[in-house]
Amino acid sequence: MTASASIPLSATIEGIGLWADGVADWDAFRAIRAGQAARDPAIRRPAPALLPANERRRAPDTVLVALQAAQAACTMAGRAPATLSSVFASTYGDLSITDHLCETLARAPTEVSPTRFHNSVHNAAAGYWTIGTGAMQPATALSAGPAGFAMGLLDALAQLAEGAEAVLLVGYDGPSPGPLHEVAPSAGLLGAALVLARGTAPGRVGIAVDSRAGVATAPLPGIGDGNASLPMLALFDALAAGADQTLLPAGGDHVLRIGLHHD
Amino acid sequence: MLIGRGRFIFIKTSDDMGCGYTPGPFAAAAALSPPNRSRIAPLAISAWTATTALGAGIDAQRSGLRDRRSGLRRNDFDTRGLDCWIGRVDGLEQEALPAALSTWDSRNHRLAWHALQQDGFRDRVAAAVARHGAARVAVVMGTSTSSIGETELAYQALADGRFPPELARRQVHSPHALGDFVALATGAAGPTMTIATACSSSAKVFAHAARLIAAGVADAAVVGGVDTLCGSVLYGFNALQLVSAQPCRPFDRDRDGLSLGEAGGYALIERTAAAPEATLRLLGYGESSDAHHMSAPHPEGVGAERAMRDALARAGLEPDAIGYLNLHGTSTPANDSVEAQAVARVFPAALHAGSTKGWTGHTLGAAGIVESVFALIALQDGLLPGTLNSHAPDPACGPQIRFDNAQRPIVHAMNNAFGFGGNNCSLVFGRA
Repeated sequence: MTASASIPLSATIEGIGLWADGVADWDAFRAIRAGQAARDPAIRRPAPALLPANERRRAPDTVLVALQAAQAACTMAGRAPATLSSVFASTYGDLSITDHLCETLARAPTEVSPTRFHNSVHNAAAGYWTIGTGAMQPATALSAGPAGFAMGLLDALAQLAEGAEAVLLVGYDGPSPGPLHEVAPSAGLLGAALVLARGTAPGRVGIAVDSRAGVATAPLPGIGDGNASLPMLALFDALAAGADQTLLPAGGDHVLRIGLHHD
Repeated sequence: MLIGRGRFIFIKTSDDMGCGYTPGPFAAAAALSPPNRSRIAPLAISAWTATTALGAGIDAQRSGLRDRRSGLRRNDFDTRGLDCWIGRVDGLEQEALPAALSTWDSRNHRLAWHALQQDGFRDRVAAAVARHGAARVAVVMGTSTSSIGETELAYQALADGRFPPELARRQVHSPHALGDFVALATGAAGPTMTIATACSSSAKVFAHAARLIAAGVADAAVVGGVDTLCGSVLYGFNALQLVSAQPCRPFDRDRDGLSLGEAGGYALIERTAAAPEATLRLLGYGESSDAHHMSAPHPEGVGAERAMRDALARAGLEPDAIGYLNLHGTSTPANDSVEAQAVARVFPAALHAGSTKGWTGHTLGAAGIVESVFALIALQDGLLPGTLNSHAPDPACGPQIRFDNAQRPIVHAMNNAFGFGGNNCSLVFGRA
């Protein structure tokens, strides 16, 4: 991160996954950003194939969008999910469950649903992911405001530096319902994921990361607008455009500068 | 679906109970790759503290453990009458944040602030900030519910569907409120994040911070966790039928659930060369997933075993090197028997293992740091806590599970923390 960094933080991007309202996948995202397609209003709720239909109905939307993006990234990377350590970054987790819990507690606390309660943990998406894929590898869930994806990226890169062969990184947030919108603003559903691996590989994008004071790159408008995880899209914009760097918010006045090397 | 073993029925779940074991299309792809962890460089623990129902600071923890004085009391936090026992921290209602931090007011941040003042911890962090530079000191905090108590209060006082103005403070209604608050309160300005993996949260903070330091991202890290009593956890665990009406009795044959508690604690970790006077070490960490169920442990404790073995491998130690194990030991029928089985597979009969939940209650996202502090007390003083409130050993649990305290010097200690979603973390600590 600075001149004293003992290990350069770098990785190869092996897989990319993305889902947003109106945007079914990474290819659709690239086509929309290239001006070759428009958002598809029929794309309203992700349906990750790794959950059976009854689980898909019950799982929180934020879990669905995280799993959808994660599975797509693993497929593109050609890696079995069960072999990957995973990092899930979300600003708020599932606010519809927070709303339900707080509303029920104010009205009739003994009516709190046990399922809603265990789905309320911030690592719900990580839990469903490891259960659905059979992954016994480490999974973590973190929150860091607008810096969430950057902090998740730091942990993923640090895991690679410590010896992991590849790591899954997922960022996601969902809409804030009712009274929560004023204090925890977030709109729509957005999830994006990367499979990051050690070293370099021909035909893959390499990234190198350092930290500095600065102003983060603003994502292009039109996808994920108002979502609490929107800042991460600056990196996906850069990947789609073949740009050579982007800046993600990293807390305070710091940014992560992510250099992109397109082979 | 019935989840449990032997005579214990853990949770009766109907089909609408959510995520059971649902192996997906990739599940067949061999999840069980063997641990392949290499030894990590030990890190210095140059300051540490905890505040629990036993009191504020290390001396209160030490004397409570030594005197086998439980911090549990009948539920007087929730006035709506849930019949249970809690580990409540006294005085949080009167605690005041300094003026510069007053807009961060919440029960969780009052406890975070109170805990920061103990054992000179805040001064030690200030010295580390001066030594390394603020941007080189990371903040990695763990919590399960952060300041959701404030959100609950706001929902009780909605006016025209809106938060009352005094509660409409954005900075508290987010899981990351805790990480932000601790960074502001300490002056540390390196990478700041809040780990929220339920009850393993503030054990995993050690793993995250160790990685950040090893990768050169930071030179020091303030790690820790704070969780406070709130309606969500009291009524949520009640809905899962996991709360005992009595003080919890971990590993007792007749245990019937947990007692909830609140706590806050911290550790300052640095490279050993930067803290030559530090006498305690973080030697290893292990993390794993059960890949089994959102709120019930893997029936054979496979994930727990994997976390313990990975932590030992990173520490470069064999199981018989561990002199004290602080168990997760929640006092739920399922957790304790599953954990005891995993411990019996990993460790020799001579291990002294105990659960301290009878002293503090289950402090959820703070359990990792609180029980790491207990492991550090064991290393420093040779005070090995047993298990409080428990009298009739469960025959399903092995000889490692101890009810009585012991007093003898040890060289290495382990702490287990397991959370919902099957999220496991084990830590190994040692002496310099």
